[in-house]
Amino acid sequence: MSLHASIAVRRGTLDLELDVEVADGEVLAVLGPNGAGKSTLLRVLAGLLPPDAGSVVVDGATWDGDGTSLPPHSRSLGMVFQDALLFPHLSVADNVAFGLRTRGAGRAPARAVAADWLARVGLEGLGDRRPRELSGGQAQRAALARALVGEPALLLLDEPLSALDARTRLAVRAELRRHLAEFRGSTVLVTHDPVDAMALADRVVVVEDGRVVQAGPPQEIARRPRTDYVARLVGLALLPGTGRGTRVHLDDGGAVAVAEEASGPVFAAIRPESVALYVARPEGSPRNVWRATIAGATPHGATVRCDLTGEVPLVADVTATAFAELGLAVGAEVWATVKASEVAVYSR
Amino acid sequence: MPAPLLVPAAIGVLFLALPLVGLLVRTPWSQLATQLAAPGVGQALRLSLVSATLATLLSLLLGVPLAWVLARSRTRGRTVLRALVTVPLVLPPVVGGVALFLVLGRQGIVGSWLDDAFGITIPFTTTAVVIAETFVAMPFLVISVEGALRAADARFEDVAATLGAGRWTTFRRVTLPLVAPGIAAGAVLCWARALGEFGATITFAGNFPGTTQTMPLAVYLALQRDPDAAIVLSVLLLAVSLATLLLLRDRWLGRGGAA
Repeated sequence: MSLHASIAVRRGTLDLELDVEVADGEVLAVLGPNGAGKSTLLRVLAGLLPPDAGSVVVDGATWDGDGTSLPPHSRSLGMVFQDALLFPHLSVADNVAFGLRTRGAGRAPARAVAADWLARVGLEGLGDRRPRELSGGQAQRAALARALVGEPALLLLDEPLSALDARTRLAVRAELRRHLAEFRGSTVLVTHDPVDAMALADRVVVVEDGRVVQAGPPQEIARRPRTDYVARLVGLALLPGTGRGTRVHLDDGGAVAVAEEASGPVFAAIRPESVALYVARPEGSPRNVWRATIAGATPHGATVRCDLTGEVPLVADVTATAFAELGLAVGAEVWATVKASEVAVYSR
Repeated sequence: MPAPLLVPAAIGVLFLALPLVGLLVRTPWSQLATQLAAPGVGQALRLSLVSATLATLLSLLLGVPLAWVLARSRTRGRTVLRALVTVPLVLPPVVGGVALFLVLGRQGIVGSWLDDAFGITIPFTTTAVVIAETFVAMPFLVISVEGALRAADARFEDVAATLGAGRWTTFRRVTLPLVAPGIAAGAVLCWARALGEFGATITFAGNFPGTTQTMPLAVYLALQRDPDAAIVLSVLLLAVSLATLLLLRDRWLGRGGAA
């Protein structure tokens, strides 16, 4: 089971050109901002939208391309949408059994399989309920069972967690992770939340303006982002520059000292927790010391994330206690230091 | 609440309610039983109920698919089609009756062929009553169902497609149940309109007791010779309409509204 898709879609302002490959049992996350064309990709893979050009091949069978386009109901796939979209007029069990019934299973066998799946997603005994009697998390679990019940070759997840509240999201994410590990087909997960991508995917492609701008394992994307969008998502300060020895001269002025020698066009990426803030110029000799102004401060649990402007734009995480003890505030002048060994450098 | 809105609203309510109250006040309650037992009353009532129900069934059979085409197709002819469907809504029913007569009458385009080929004559039969009522009442159903189809979340149909349902299965198992309250509301409107149909029926089907004389026709005739009988018949028609509306409201519309 595998997916090979190479598609082009042009609709109004959207200009989408994507190549994606997903192996057996692999989970590919498509990460990108709203309007990047992620959901359009899923609609094409599902057969709900014919591509203007290109092909979709699953398990060696052509779904799109060569002048043919298989209708959605003839494709072996399951899809989970942002809202669970359980059919309101059917019981939860009949919702899960729907895909089996349309493919010719009898009522009793379909219900038995559905009951089994409901138990697997932790909804044992809720089969007779109406969808509106379920909580958001329960409904999304039922939707997952409904998509997986036919053992499809391809599973499409369209922002499956983004309609859930923070706590439910955590629980459903963990459960989704378990089911994806068991799933033998290919999975394409569309999301704009890097945490979903990191937690669920084996591989990530970042899509911006209809094009893949970066692809790789989740840790790689998180450690070495290539665009401002990804850097902001994962909370890094991304500084493009030119490496000369153990210094990177930034395109926007200033320089960063790094631990390893670098040459040519590179990115220097600095994590917020690597940045230390001082009210007075620190003693000793950290290699990177910059004067900065706090342009913004947002609390994040026990830490405060500070956006810094100055010679080098940075993001710093300070504990809430330190923030208060140092008397920091928006507009305050500070000194920011970063150890050279804490700066990640990679070629552009 | 501001008086400029409240006063006209109150007058509006009175305007709608007073005639009904007047009807009830003038009803000769003591003679009610004898009047209702009079020959022809039961006949007219039965004919009205049967033909209105048949017209509603015919409208459902043709109107629901038509509403689906109007709501879901993306052809350019759709605007023209909708205008065509809406015409009977604004057309004076008498004109509709004349038009039906010209097409289905014995000399009509289709009617002469039906007569020659099968020996079927439509005008002045109960069939003509059903056709006239369908012509006038079906647009109410179509408009109502089309509205329900447009309001329904089309993503449910996408979900059904990804679960292996073809378009016909999707329509039967997902779309139809989703818009069922809209269809029920449309059918009630359609039935009520068919029950009260007068102009097209009397023009196309005539006024023969037992075969084409429905309640509204009977009321009109009775008013000319026996006003008390007309009042009784009117109250009966009013009771039937209200009872149906209340019954269907609890059965269908109430549940649909709560969901």
